[in-house]
Amino acid sequence: MSGSQTKKKPQQGADGERRLNMIEAINDALDVMMERDENVVVFGEDAGYFGGVFRCTAGLQEKYGKSRAFDAPISECGIMGVAVGMGAYGLRPVPEIQFADYIYPGYDQIVSEAARLRYRSAGEFTSPITIRSPYGGGIFGGQTHSQSPEALFTHISGVKTVIPSTPHDAKGLLIAAIEDNDPVLFFEPKRIYNGPFEGYYDKPAAAWRSHPDSATPEGYYRIELGKANVVREGEALTVLAYGTMVHVAKKVCEEKGVDAEVIDLRSLVPLDIDTIEASVEKTGKCLIVHEASRTSGFGAELSALVQERCFYHLEAPIERVTGFDTPYPHSLEWAYFPGPVRIGQAIDRLLQE
Amino acid sequence: MAKSPKKAPARKTATKKAPAKKQTATTNPESEEFALRNLQKALEAKRHYDASDEELMEFYEQMLLIRRFEERAGQLYGLGLIGGFCHLYIGQEAVAVGLQSALDGDKDSVITGYRDHGHMLAYGIDPKVIMAELTGRQAGISKGKGGSMHMFSTEHKFYGGHGIVGAQVALGGGLALAHQYNEDGGLCLAYFGDGAANQGQVYETFNMAALWNLPIVFVVENNGYAMGTAVKRSSAETEFYRRGTAFRIPGMDVNGMDVLEVRAAAEIAMDYVRQGGGPVLMELNTYRYRGHSMSDPAKYRSREEVQDVREKSDPIEGAKKVLLERGVSEDKLKEIDKAIKARVAEAADFAESSPEPAPSELYTDVLVGEY
Ligand SMILES: Cc1ncc(C[n+]2csc(CCOP(=O)(O)OP(=O)(O)O)c2C)c(N)n1
Ligand SMILES: [Mg+2]
Repeated sequence: MSGSQTKKKPQQGADGERRLNMIEAINDALDVMMERDENVVVFGEDAGYFGGVFRCTAGLQEKYGKSRAFDAPISECGIMGVAVGMGAYGLRPVPEIQFADYIYPGYDQIVSEAARLRYRSAGEFTSPITIRSPYGGGIFGGQTHSQSPEALFTHISGVKTVIPSTPHDAKGLLIAAIEDNDPVLFFEPKRIYNGPFEGYYDKPAAAWRSHPDSATPEGYYRIELGKANVVREGEALTVLAYGTMVHVAKKVCEEKGVDAEVIDLRSLVPLDIDTIEASVEKTGKCLIVHEASRTSGFGAELSALVQERCFYHLEAPIERVTGFDTPYPHSLEWAYFPGPVRIGQAIDRLLQE
Repeated sequence: MAKSPKKAPARKTATKKAPAKKQTATTNPESEEFALRNLQKALEAKRHYDASDEELMEFYEQMLLIRRFEERAGQLYGLGLIGGFCHLYIGQEAVAVGLQSALDGDKDSVITGYRDHGHMLAYGIDPKVIMAELTGRQAGISKGKGGSMHMFSTEHKFYGGHGIVGAQVALGGGLALAHQYNEDGGLCLAYFGDGAANQGQVYETFNMAALWNLPIVFVVENNGYAMGTAVKRSSAETEFYRRGTAFRIPGMDVNGMDVLEVRAAAEIAMDYVRQGGGPVLMELNTYRYRGHSMSDPAKYRSREEVQDVREKSDPIEGAKKVLLERGVSEDKLKEIDKAIKARVAEAADFAESSPEPAPSELYTDVLVGEY
């Protein structure tokens, strides 16, 4: 019996493309980087022998051995601190925090150590660590398995925050994150690990296979951190989103037949402000969508930046559709989730202006 | 602290004397090492609680209720009536029942992690309101806002149900400090898992509890696994009862599959704490039969391993055997099983038919309003 199952063969699309879901794409990125650079080391709770509760690290221990892919005890503070030490000594640790909701015991090590080591050693030491962590709701996880804590990290100077929305991007961004010499929070939208959720919890979920961005080339490629992706072009308004919400927002715009431009930020820090600015100057209207709660969420920062940069182009107040300022609920999940109804209403308000 | 305490906490420090010369450390009652082992010695001297027939029958019924409740919860999960994360207690029943039967219900507090249904049932809390919490309904014990992992009862001094692994241990330290501060004679029973035992805050709490001589019983429910990771893959010291030694907390190694042993151990530990001895660390060796949560196919262990425990050391079968030996009839036991099944069915019906909380409940019991 082996807990660590070997990976399945990648699927081939009808077009002959190599198609992966997001879990496989992440696994692929880790594999590529472990192959290329022996300083890359992967560890976390259940991440070694078992291959991770979401199976993102499956097969890595078998392939690279226990010294490069291993289990950590349930000790998030220790895991983060150890990663900082490993990084300072020249390794490229890729620790997994099993759910973003469990990152808080390690927050001190990230904020006080990882984020500041380069600055306070005047560049002598760095923290080239990539902290992978599934985040976000839509899975009936309640308050301890659904949170979106990205703004707690974007507020900290010294760490980057990256959030992919497709298998293709997940692989390229993760490779770029691992190669980065600064600490990167790599938040994986777990709701779309297996398929692009478009906000309709009562309809069967689609699989990645049928989505163009599940095409994930073999081997090494990177997507630069800080480059947004315009996933839908339009003139009437700009929608800023990341992670799961990219798919929800895009679907609403399609259904409403709105000529909206949807931008997938892909990386919050560094932020591709130029792409945002160009779009809002063109459309004059801006909607920001995220799952995290509203007050001091990343939407607040986006809104301030758009206002500073595009004030004279704005034709309506900037809208935010977000989670509420409450813990993520156990029941009433779909009232909390910023789904198609609330996004649609915000679009209507903007277009009426 | 912002304001000065109303009464100085009664903090007694154990007197520590150097070991006398000729005796070995483990036999000399004066030695520190002996002090760390004497509770275990007391347990070894008498491993089983002398339960009356009624008591044993009650333990049996409680354990059976937990098992049937959990089986039903598993079914409701399969039907989609319970969503998200749901951790069953099947296999571990003797731990909560044996320990909690020794509590002073009016005084003592309990806190645990997310695998909490059994602890609530062991209190005699109505299965209806527990099941309704699992299905996230308004009638649930926490109004459907907590779910399976987060349930509370002020009436029973049950402080939850906590989803963040290890966090409850430090909270338990605080409950114990409050017992001491109020001089209410109560103690705190703080449960956590073998996996949780690797969280740093557990040791911060051990130190504070020993330093301040807090009335707390730490209970490691060692079921062999933390999710998909076997104890040996994540723990340097797998004998968890030893982990308090560095803080001078006496440890006890207990068979958590035998309700009478659990109860006997509980009395020794609780007497010690109540007499002002300070914290005790109990390791309850047990096993979970089901996956970690409902979404765990448990591929990290073999079927045979599970089957072996079920056959050789099932806590309910064990209690049943003693009951039969004491002359209780099979018919009587069947009757009990039937009655329990009916109670559980009633709880499930209730949990399915109660309404969901109103959307306005999103904004109750929370600080920030909408603006
Ligand atoms: C801080 C934190 N880290 C990780 C998790 C994810 N998690 C939930 S349960 C669990 C295993 C805990 O095992 P153990 O303490 O042995 O308790 P058991 O489930 O066996 O009762 C893990 C890793 C969590 N809930 N909180
Ligand atoms: Mg365990």
